[in-house]
Amino acid sequence: MAKSIDVSDLDIYYGDFKAVEGVSMTIKAKSVTAFIGPSGCGKSTFLRALNRMHEVIPGARVEGRVVVEGQDLYGDQVDPVEVRRQIGMVFQRPNPFPTMSIYENVIAGNRLNAKKMKKSETDDLVESSLKGANLWAEVKDRLDRPGMGLSGGQQQRLCIARAISVQPQVLLMDEPCSALDPISTSAIEDLIHELKTEYTIVIVTHNMQQAARVSDETGFFNLKATGEPGHLVEFNSTQKMFANPDNSDTEGYISGRFG
Amino acid sequence: MSTTQDKVAPTSIGDIPLTRPQLPSWAPALVAAISVAVAALPVVFLGWGLVAMVLLAVVLFVIALPAWSSSVEGSRKGKDRLAAALVWSGFGLAMVPLATLMWQVISNGVPVLSAEFFTYSMRNVVGEGGGIYHAIVGTVIVTAFAAIISVPIGVMAAVYLIEYGAGNRIARIVTFLVDVMTGIPSIVAGLFAYALFVLFFGPGVRMGIGGSVALSVLMIPIVVRSTEEMLKLVPGDLREAAYALGVPKWRTITKVVLPTAMSGIVTGVTLAVARVAGETAPLLIIAGDTDSVNFNAFSERMATLPVYIYYSYMQPGVPPEFGQERAWGAALTLIAIVMALNILARLISRSFAPKTGR
Repeated sequence: MAKSIDVSDLDIYYGDFKAVEGVSMTIKAKSVTAFIGPSGCGKSTFLRALNRMHEVIPGARVEGRVVVEGQDLYGDQVDPVEVRRQIGMVFQRPNPFPTMSIYENVIAGNRLNAKKMKKSETDDLVESSLKGANLWAEVKDRLDRPGMGLSGGQQQRLCIARAISVQPQVLLMDEPCSALDPISTSAIEDLIHELKTEYTIVIVTHNMQQAARVSDETGFFNLKATGEPGHLVEFNSTQKMFANPDNSDTEGYISGRFG
Repeated sequence: MSTTQDKVAPTSIGDIPLTRPQLPSWAPALVAAISVAVAALPVVFLGWGLVAMVLLAVVLFVIALPAWSSSVEGSRKGKDRLAAALVWSGFGLAMVPLATLMWQVISNGVPVLSAEFFTYSMRNVVGEGGGIYHAIVGTVIVTAFAAIISVPIGVMAAVYLIEYGAGNRIARIVTFLVDVMTGIPSIVAGLFAYALFVLFFGPGVRMGIGGSVALSVLMIPIVVRSTEEMLKLVPGDLREAAYALGVPKWRTITKVVLPTAMSGIVTGVTLAVARVAGETAPLLIIAGDTDSVNFNAFSERMATLPVYIYYSYMQPGVPPEFGQERAWGAALTLIAIVMALNILARLISRSFAPKTGR
């Protein structure tokens, strides 16, 4: 069910401003791919282009191709809503729906799409999704309480449960741990390791240790200069990236000499 | 280097005074008492009125307390006392009209209230007796239809402006027109509704629904404005969360954005209803007045509370006392209805508010 993504020569624009230039890479199925780089270099923009979420911002457009298992995401007949059903996303700040209980938050993807399900099916789905997000034990006795009442780390795991409840092919994570404490971060990193067996995961992070811990492959994005578009400097296996990178800028960034 | 160090030799903490002389806590009360006493002198000796005495007392207090304070406590404290005194007297001044209005309406209105007053119409009543049942029914029906017309239009317009328009040319024009609409005098709204209904039913037409149309002209901009503000408060994160689950935009709006903003929208609508329930001018023109109960908004004249108050007071009949009494009673009822709607709005906003409890 997990799928690989081929990106070739992708440019991303906000209006006239070119934010990301000439990115080509292959994201492998059932693996974790991390993007690192300084702020404003286009990592998140690129991530959002992988499920057409950047289109929420007026004026955003792309040139180039993103191919998921032979299907071009930017083809003529492609419906962005269908794309997002296949490629889920977890955001930087936990964002459970405030009007819904924990239970309703988990099945929100199905319920908001008016999918008809039996009560027993939704119960099973809620349980399996929350177990998948390592949250079941903590909330199983209070599923009818508001999702906003959980702690930040729990809310983020609730959002992950919500994202995997629609059984996506790919899970995109935009700095999922940057608002969390080390213990919640560690819980989510463990979760990423488990999810890898079933999903293709792409994660943006500012924390290089996190990239080293969780990812199989790493891409380093950088800006040539302020005002210039961001570009992909190096894309390699995480091991090679952190031990012996091909590019001297990558080495400089990872060893903390700049950025 | 050493010489400069000598010059700015560190002062011991005892050299910087942390204490200042302060007025005792009863100082404002003392000044207030003296001000009132001084202001009472011209009342006794020169025969001034009560209003002049209160004004003089306030002026004396606003001058005396800051002067005393700045001579004892320093200028910063003095300015603070002056600002506080001005703010409090401004608040008091603003309360005067409200308090006198309430006093007037309650003292004149309460004696009229009775079971008969609320359950009888004015049909075949001359002089004493009769009630406002027909006017209450009319007000409820007319404002209910006004809400039915303006809430869907207003909410949908706001959804367009915030969710779809997002600052484009049409949205800017609509926003401007809504602002213009906010300033339409109510009599003009009444004339508009009358002219509209004359096109269909001929001159001299009177019906309750016409009043609803006129009121909705006044209500729509209020609903649009308040709904817009509430939709702006819904975090973009929530919309993105829904989109990322593959939820189409229209379902995101109906299932996520509107429920999240519901408490504010309902409050805004209730306050808009309270605002138009007391409108008189448009209803005078198009809904007219009658002494009988009329449940049908689509035919014949329909009495409403504001119009009833107007006619009872201006044309009280002979003898005039009974009509004027009934006008006060109806005014009290109208205020009570509007106040009840305001309280209802608060309760609704509390019950719809997103829960964050653990």
